[in-house]
Amino acid sequence: MIYYAMQRFLLSVLIVIVAISALTLMLHVVPGDPATMMLGARATPELIEQTRVAMGLDQPLPVQIVTFFGRILQGNLGTDVFTGRDVSDIVFEQLPYTLVLIAVSILWSATLGIVLGCYSALRAGTWLDTLLGILSVGTISIPAFVMALYAVLIFAVSLDWLPAIGAGQGFFGGAVHLILPAFAIGISWVGYVARMVRASMLEVMGAPHVRMARSFGLTEARIVRVYILKIAVQPAVTLLGTGVAHLFSAAVFVEVIFARPGIGALIVSSVNERNYPVVLGAVLVTTAIIVLATLVSDLVVALLDPRQREAL
Amino acid sequence: MSQVQTAVSLPQPTLLARTLQGLAGNRTGTIGFFLVALILAAAIFAPWISPYDPAAIMTGPRMAPPSFDHWLGTDHIGRDLFSRVLAGGQVAMLVAAAALGAALSLGLALGLMAGLGPRWLDNLLLLLFDALRSFPTIVFGLAVVALVGPSLLTVIMVVAITSVPIYARIIRTQAQALRNAEFVMAERAMGASLPRVLFVHVLPNVLGPLLILASMDVPLVIATEAGLSFLGMGVRPPTPSWGVILNDGYNFIRNSPWPVIAGSVPIVLVTLGFTFMGEALRDIFDPRLQKAN
Amino acid sequence: MSEQKLMHSSDAMRGDGHVPLMRIEELSVDFSTARGPIHALRHISLDVAAGRILGLVGESGCGKSSLAYSLIGLLAGNARITHGVIRLGDDDLAHLSAGRWRALRGKRIAMIFQDPMTSLNPVRTIGQQMMDIQYRERITRAEKRKLAVDFLAQVRIPDPEARLDSYPHELSGGMRQRVCIAMALLTRPDLLIADEPTTALDATLEVQIIHLLRDLQQQFGCSVIFVSHHLGTVAELCDDVAVMYAGEVVEQGSVDEIFRQPAHPYTQALLECDPGSIREATRILPTIPGSLPDLRQVPSGCIFQDRCPHVFERCRREHPGFYSGERTQLTRCYRVAGEGEMTS
Repeated sequence: MIYYAMQRFLLSVLIVIVAISALTLMLHVVPGDPATMMLGARATPELIEQTRVAMGLDQPLPVQIVTFFGRILQGNLGTDVFTGRDVSDIVFEQLPYTLVLIAVSILWSATLGIVLGCYSALRAGTWLDTLLGILSVGTISIPAFVMALYAVLIFAVSLDWLPAIGAGQGFFGGAVHLILPAFAIGISWVGYVARMVRASMLEVMGAPHVRMARSFGLTEARIVRVYILKIAVQPAVTLLGTGVAHLFSAAVFVEVIFARPGIGALIVSSVNERNYPVVLGAVLVTTAIIVLATLVSDLVVALLDPRQREAL
Repeated sequence: MSQVQTAVSLPQPTLLARTLQGLAGNRTGTIGFFLVALILAAAIFAPWISPYDPAAIMTGPRMAPPSFDHWLGTDHIGRDLFSRVLAGGQVAMLVAAAALGAALSLGLALGLMAGLGPRWLDNLLLLLFDALRSFPTIVFGLAVVALVGPSLLTVIMVVAITSVPIYARIIRTQAQALRNAEFVMAERAMGASLPRVLFVHVLPNVLGPLLILASMDVPLVIATEAGLSFLGMGVRPPTPSWGVILNDGYNFIRNSPWPVIAGSVPIVLVTLGFTFMGEALRDIFDPRLQKAN
Repeated sequence: MSEQKLMHSSDAMRGDGHVPLMRIEELSVDFSTARGPIHALRHISLDVAAGRILGLVGESGCGKSSLAYSLIGLLAGNARITHGVIRLGDDDLAHLSAGRWRALRGKRIAMIFQDPMTSLNPVRTIGQQMMDIQYRERITRAEKRKLAVDFLAQVRIPDPEARLDSYPHELSGGMRQRVCIAMALLTRPDLLIADEPTTALDATLEVQIIHLLRDLQQQFGCSVIFVSHHLGTVAELCDDVAVMYAGEVVEQGSVDEIFRQPAHPYTQALLECDPGSIREATRILPTIPGSLPDLRQVPSGCIFQDRCPHVFERCRREHPGFYSGERTQLTRCYRVAGEGEMTS
């Protein structure tokens, strides 16, 4: 297990490195000069040159990449050319909001999804199962940002029950302001997870080892928990792990629509400003977190299923 | 595990016949097909069936609810929403076709390289695929927009690049499986060149499943385009896109819900249509794909 | 040959001094399919003697596995018991509640399945699974563990202590089957049902497992129902045997009686066709001409009529009951009753 964990970890690091290189490469493959684009058409050549030097763009490409890596390892993500602040400060200031949003979204949608999927499988064929099936398809078909818009439309504008702007003050304020955003992001995941869990449970329920467990007179509860669910839940865990990437995408929209602080909002605003250092830094951190999430979900699956530990 | 079917002299039911037969028992699949047909028709014939010019400013009330004159109402500048939605449909289908076409081609090329080429190339490409998969599409899209500026082309590029890994993987698996198949080695020993082997054996088997997967990806592509346009990072005005309509609707959400509804309903219909159709096709032609994701 | 027509094997058995543990009376099972019900088992009457090994023999599709599964209540979802009773003590297993089944399974009845590669839970260790099945016992964890180790040793698994912490995929097929046997016997059942336990294993393993089963049965004294299509194995392991064909028991008796003097034409043909019985070199393997009848439309008369070389008019008219032969041997054939031509 430890061995597998280490292998996975190293692979993740490798992936992040590749991602960083790809991003830096992109910066240079692209026509046009980043500094010029940032400063606009009316900037003077001296200013442009100054900015280029400040961003290190005057160095040859390999040197740039190496310098970049070096700085990252020291925790330095560069400097925001506009405000002079450290990019890492800017990014990590906004990160917690997004992390909370995503964590809450995953938590509620995964839990509800697993419960509903499990229930559907055990009551397969009943009207409840059919109903849940229709609801799942319905929620999956609506993209997160559309869901967010409807959430605002219904609960904030029409009914005026919940706030739709900002992140709120304090614990309770924050929690209330999280309701609609987390709902918008999570709702389609409930559908995905439920469908996945239902399908894999039905598959496992017919497995020979379940029949053998029955032949020993084990209780239904034990069979469902340890002989069925522990196996059936794995694809859902993997799904959620890879889903973190989608969750980040959804978070971008949700933060814009609900005017919340966070990485998503940061990226959007810095893209509008052509603020490359910040964009780069934010995308980097996002990538690292996503790779981390995939790593964690793979490890959880390995914990649940000893056969996966040999996989590498 | 070779999936090649050698040519048999038995008469096979035609593709169309099999599709129709398979659909007969599948209600959601039939609905899906109808929806897709409807959407494609609307997209293709948009200029002719559109009641007004999507960019034309009407003299009537702005932000009006649906009426006989304006089936979906008007937006904040006074343009007919139904015409804009139709035009947005054209954009959406265009993006889908272009992006998926590019992704399939690139995926084919890379997948073949990975599956048939040297081991180090395979490992490198796999690493690249994994890295690409770690990028959330939208975030990646935003980064690209930061570099090249917003445009329709940008959107197509972004979607294509993020879809490549999935298709490349499938092709790679097929290519690898066939690379070591005995009959392939026999053919090559007899002098058949590698490209010929590829075209005759790999492609036919892989094309069907790929097309099915691609059609199931259309909803995602449309949603990405709409999303980027919503953020102002996609198509530039005055080109209407469902995302742009939604953005306008969002800005005036307290005035009227209709722009939001007008922009979102087509997206949901597209998603339902292509998903149902894709699943039905998959069930008819290749149940194996159910595990491929 | 006496014309005595017997309705029950228990009379024959008790005559021989064997006490029945379980009495199956007129058991009939249907499988509902889209094209109508399949009458998979029809009027099965059989006794399982206490402390003896009963073999269920027949070709694929004869219903022997279905019969085995009905004795532990694990038939497929589309199966229905349409007739008959299965008496085990005070219980009728053909009409049992789920709760009562839970009480009996893993206590009085245990089962070993055909494919050891899929019978064990892949995400739990051997030890955990062996503890799971003891959940009703009021003994300490340490005692349960010790019992598990003991039984693993009984089935000759090396280093049993360490094996408790292994996962099934770390063991070979043969070892997994031994674990399943250990688990089944751990519960000290009165009846052990083994559904073709060696079919998925190679020949050398098969011999080991068979000897193991024989030794364990002698040691623990439980009854065993051994389902198999391999005649040689049944002859070696079992005390009694019931020959099945297309959902019916066509002949039953002790192994000695059946294998030495098979009276039913099907049993005779089966023994002739067994490759192990070929004495001279030949290019042609003997087979039984014809094919299995469609069990959706069961013909009247004897079930074997279309393939029987000695068939005559009464066979097609009336369904034969059991006729007794030597001691405990019972045969569903009018020839045994003294009618028609006897040629063997």
